Amino acid sequence: MSGSTPRITYREACRQGIRDALIADPRCFVMGEDVASYGGCYAVTKGLIEEFGPQRIIDTPLAENGFTGIGVGAAVAGLRPIIEIMTCNFSLLALDQIMNNAATLSHMSGGQFAVPLVIRMATGGGRQLAAQHSHSLEGWFAHIPGLKVLVPGTVEDARWMLAAALADANPVLIFEHIVLYNTEEALDPAVTAVDISHAKVRRAGADVSLVTYGNSLPKCLTAADGLATEGISAEVIDLRVLRPLDMATVTASVARTRRVVIVDEGWKSGSISAEIAARLAEDALYELDAPVRRICSREVPVPYAAHLEEATLPRVDEIVSAARALVKPR
Amino acid sequence: MTDKIHLDRAHLQALYRQMLRIRRFESQCVALYQAQKIRGFLHLYDGEEAVAAGVMAALTPQDAVVATYREHGHALAHGVPMKSILAEMLGKQQGCCRGRGGSMHLFSRAQRFYGGNAIVGGGLPLAAGIAMADQRLRPGAATACFFGEGAVGEGAFHETMNLAQLGRLPLLFVCENNLYAMGVPLATSESETDIWRKAQAYRMAAEQVDAMDPVQVEAAARRALDHVRSGQGPYFLECRTYRFRAHSMFDTQAYRTRDEIEDWKQRDPIERLRAWMAGNHQLSADEAAAIDAGIAAEIAEAVAFAEAGTLEPVADLERFTLMDTVVQEHAA
Repeated sequence: MSGSTPRITYREACRQGIRDALIADPRCFVMGEDVASYGGCYAVTKGLIEEFGPQRIIDTPLAENGFTGIGVGAAVAGLRPIIEIMTCNFSLLALDQIMNNAATLSHMSGGQFAVPLVIRMATGGGRQLAAQHSHSLEGWFAHIPGLKVLVPGTVEDARWMLAAALADANPVLIFEHIVLYNTEEALDPAVTAVDISHAKVRRAGADVSLVTYGNSLPKCLTAADGLATEGISAEVIDLRVLRPLDMATVTASVARTRRVVIVDEGWKSGSISAEIAARLAEDALYELDAPVRRICSREVPVPYAAHLEEATLPRVDEIVSAARALVKPR
Repeated sequence: MTDKIHLDRAHLQALYRQMLRIRRFESQCVALYQAQKIRGFLHLYDGEEAVAAGVMAALTPQDAVVATYREHGHALAHGVPMKSILAEMLGKQQGCCRGRGGSMHLFSRAQRFYGGNAIVGGGLPLAAGIAMADQRLRPGAATACFFGEGAVGEGAFHETMNLAQLGRLPLLFVCENNLYAMGVPLATSESETDIWRKAQAYRMAAEQVDAMDPVQVEAAARRALDHVRSGQGPYFLECRTYRFRAHSMFDTQAYRTRDEIEDWKQRDPIERLRAWMAGNHQLSADEAAAIDAGIAAEIAEAVAFAEAGTLEPVADLERFTLMDTVVQEHAA
């Protein structure tokens, strides 16, 4: 990438996406805790209150279920809400409105209502925020029919996924990883939109597929660099969308490499990695030359101390070891 | 501009007819339930009809309604066709939700009827969101949100009360206080049994009304809607009422006495209004018979329609889980 292309952070990309949406559609508004003068818990909405005012950038009381439900009703009745939930741990307080209303109204009403709602939330660990601000619950939400679940792992997706989500007729949850907010990339000026239906090959390879998303994407890319020095060619698949899953891209990659490591910051039990492994077992078992391997978070509430947190979350060396063991068994 | 109730003969008869229509419809539902044509949960509104009849009489077609799982009466009184309600309860594709919702989840976009919510308290945030959209897109429209007194124990109630008042939302909260949350008596579930007083903590206009009388309910609803439509924010109406029948068809009513139920039945809103109208020359025997016959004919037609309905093809099971396009109301 040339030095003349400006680099922006993932945070700034999220902000620009929101700003675009507010300019483009007067029905669009942002609602959540401390989104106005504070600028958002992770500073994503900083400055928007000055530009758009309190009718468009709405600070709420601490009432996740209440304001998320308002987002559902407002979406059903014609507005285009962007609801911000500070962290996905807090989304549990809004789970009733997300699951019992947002995800069900279209089907339960026989298609009379659409819920064009976007809910953004921060996810993931790595900032020593301990066990109530560090979890990765996107896999849980991916369990629910009626929702779409997006996990931007690049600055480009952070910049453009929101527009696609707002154009969708369904409730779309966007999980922004807290460690990625400071990541900088240069945006390709030729790209002004992304789809929210496909996984993407972020690095082509021949020997093993690393299937991942979110903040595990940069870890897998680093792992692929390391594996390359050992002569192992790793392909990196960024899922981008956890629901509906694009298994065609995953299966096509596995059919080429015949080995797969799934890297998921969620806990292993009942995770999205388990779902992918199961679908590979159902539909692509004979494409595999080796067992599916998974690198997930350790099954503990994410702890505070740096060394413990590091030991909890997926690590590059674990990914490298798992991939190496598949390609070069002893 | 005050929109006062006009108590002429026609209006009183309309209130009476609406309540009776709900009562008779639900009697038919019981028969269909016993015949195992309606299955699942069935929550009946007997005794509480004055609430839906009174409030809906004050609403206009531009107004939205959010109700609970005990919502047959609300759907009927807000104009959802009886035959589409009954077909829904029989699980037919001609039902208002193509058989996906059933008794507890009646929806109808044409009447702005947004359910049919079976999570206690779950309809309140939804209603506030609809009111917020109306505030921006449909000035003058109001949303009426019905819920039982059991819902006021939920966090969703308190969150929504606060948010609605902060946002000056055009929202009418209608608490149907029938004194029991399933089987738990009011004094066991609430430290403050005058529910309307809870609204004071949110600085919300509120009043309590004898909801065994549809005239009082309608008059209160008109006062409330004047307030709501004039941009002064939400209004809270506590409707004191009583459920004559069991909570659902699986309830033995061990939590209350027969005497208590009989006492309340002396205040039956339908019989009370009928007797008053008859005694005051507002309802002749012929008129009463004509109302009976009209309701019977409508029910018979609805039953025939629902029975003749067809089943949604299983091939369409997953349809509407995700929508391809936004189906939506237009701005008023």
